[in-house]
Amino acid sequence: MTAVPTVRREALHFALRNRKLVVGTVIVAVFLVAGLAGPLLFDHGPNDYVGPPMASPSGEFWFGTTTFGQDVFAQFVYGLRSTFLVGVLGGVLAAVVGMVVGFVAGYRGGWVDELLTMLTNIVLVLPALVVLLIINAYLGVRSIGVQALFIGLTSWPWAARAIRAQTFSLRSREFVDLARLSGVRTPKIILREIAPNMSSYLFLTFILLFGSAILIAASLDFIGLGPTEGVSLGLMLNNAARWSALQLGLWWWFIPPGAGITAIVGALYVMNVGLDEVFNPKLREM
Amino acid sequence: MRRYFGRKLLIYGLTFFVAVTINWMIPRFMPGDPVQSMLSRANVAQPAAVEAMRAHYTAMFGFDLPLWQQYLNFWGSLLKGDLGISIWLFPTPVSDVIIRAVPYTLGLLIPSILLSWFAGNRFGAFAARRKWLDNSVLPVGYVLTATPYMWLAILLAWALGILAGVFPVAGAYGFDMQPSLSWDFLGSLAQHWFLPFASLFLVAFGGWAIGMRNMIIYELEADYVNYLRALGAPMRLVRRYAFRNAILPQVTGLALQLGVLVAGALVTEIVFSYPGLGHLILQAIQNQDFFLLQGTFLFIVIGVLIANFIIDIAYVLVDPRTRTGMGGAA
Repeated sequence: MTAVPTVRREALHFALRNRKLVVGTVIVAVFLVAGLAGPLLFDHGPNDYVGPPMASPSGEFWFGTTTFGQDVFAQFVYGLRSTFLVGVLGGVLAAVVGMVVGFVAGYRGGWVDELLTMLTNIVLVLPALVVLLIINAYLGVRSIGVQALFIGLTSWPWAARAIRAQTFSLRSREFVDLARLSGVRTPKIILREIAPNMSSYLFLTFILLFGSAILIAASLDFIGLGPTEGVSLGLMLNNAARWSALQLGLWWWFIPPGAGITAIVGALYVMNVGLDEVFNPKLREM
Repeated sequence: MRRYFGRKLLIYGLTFFVAVTINWMIPRFMPGDPVQSMLSRANVAQPAAVEAMRAHYTAMFGFDLPLWQQYLNFWGSLLKGDLGISIWLFPTPVSDVIIRAVPYTLGLLIPSILLSWFAGNRFGAFAARRKWLDNSVLPVGYVLTATPYMWLAILLAWALGILAGVFPVAGAYGFDMQPSLSWDFLGSLAQHWFLPFASLFLVAFGGWAIGMRNMIIYELEADYVNYLRALGAPMRLVRRYAFRNAILPQVTGLALQLGVLVAGALVTEIVFSYPGLGHLILQAIQNQDFFLLQGTFLFIVIGVLIANFIIDIAYVLVDPRTRTGMGGAA
């Protein structure tokens, strides 16, 4: 029984010394805290007209104001909230669908596998954003939850494929055979014997899905199919472009939202590589 | 090999079928009434006129027929190349509007995809396991690949277009020009093309470079590499072998990334008001032009399927295992 804690301690040892992982986690954490706590600083909503129009950043309005006198900093911290929400909901849903499809296809094999692989390949070839455009264009009222739902339902295929391949290589191992011989039922074998052996891999998959959900949501928002109410980083970019912030030179309007998305997604990717190095000794820097 | 292509074509055929079915289903089963929203956009006051328009649009969509017949009719008109009439550019047929826009999108997409793929792979392979490059340039790669396409486009338009005034930031050619085969026109075309191309190229480049760098690092741990090095092979040769192995997943990756790249081109076009498919989509959404939106969707799906098939052929060319039926990527 001492083996598990030692492995964990070793992973922790390398995790704390992995610069990529630490830097990535810190950046994501900073934005998360800003998104959670930031909105509490304001007694006005993100879309309220609180200041003079087109004011440049100052002590009162940290990121300046829009052409309508909205506080860009307030929009930014509220937008962070929606960005994280879409990322988590969309990422979790995509990971769950991908895991179910991947595990079942890889473990059962046979015609179940054929069928699920076919389904995976079809959804994989369909360009996700364009499908989302069509769906969202017909939705009269759009919310972050529905947006995340459809993002999750369209972005799982590559995860399912990767998980299927991993499951395939695990299912003929001795410990899985042993579990099957002792009469353990399939769902339990998948949950108890197969999933734990690729838990690090599953976590990495989730991080990537999280990042891509944020990017897809930002594109949708930018095209004008974002949530009909509220604010998000993509919507801020959309508004800035629509009300010609570029031509008017209001750089404080379009730089923060894009920088926020880039920083969060980039930090997630870097975290992913760092974690990969922690879990896979071959990749550690020598 | 025949089995390989047979399987692929089956998938693409089914995908096309699913895409058409989605296209047919969404206006019919989504909450909300497309006819109603087109009517409210038309902003007509007399009730009699509204009723006439409602009847017209309902007949145009064929909403008054039984569902199975609507579905068959949909396929029928699709196979005749009839995608309906655009509302935004009434009365131009949707297929004409799209065909006019396609060259601009392809002109952006094809060079940026191919160049970023080649340059990114070369660069990533070069940077792998070279201390200073790995540590200084790869963070840049991560930032680039995490950048939303439209944001990089906005930044480039602002910095090089508006502040420096070097490049124009809207349209595909000067507003004072007519398309013609003169040097003036081609020059203006190239000038307008450069910034959207550059922003697509840069984001994709970062992704390929990182992917290749990671693949090479995996490969350099493989047994054949250890064997070659034990034999005393020069590092250049080892790297070349690693590159040939690492390029295979990158070819598959290109197929997987197509959707993302197309999406990137769409939003980039919107930033630069570049008259390609992205611009059409924006207009279709703003004008509630559902025929145009759906036509564009089908066109993009067909384009992505064709591109996938080309990549499959390329894969057979670079991976000898698929030719001898020994597997490889199924």
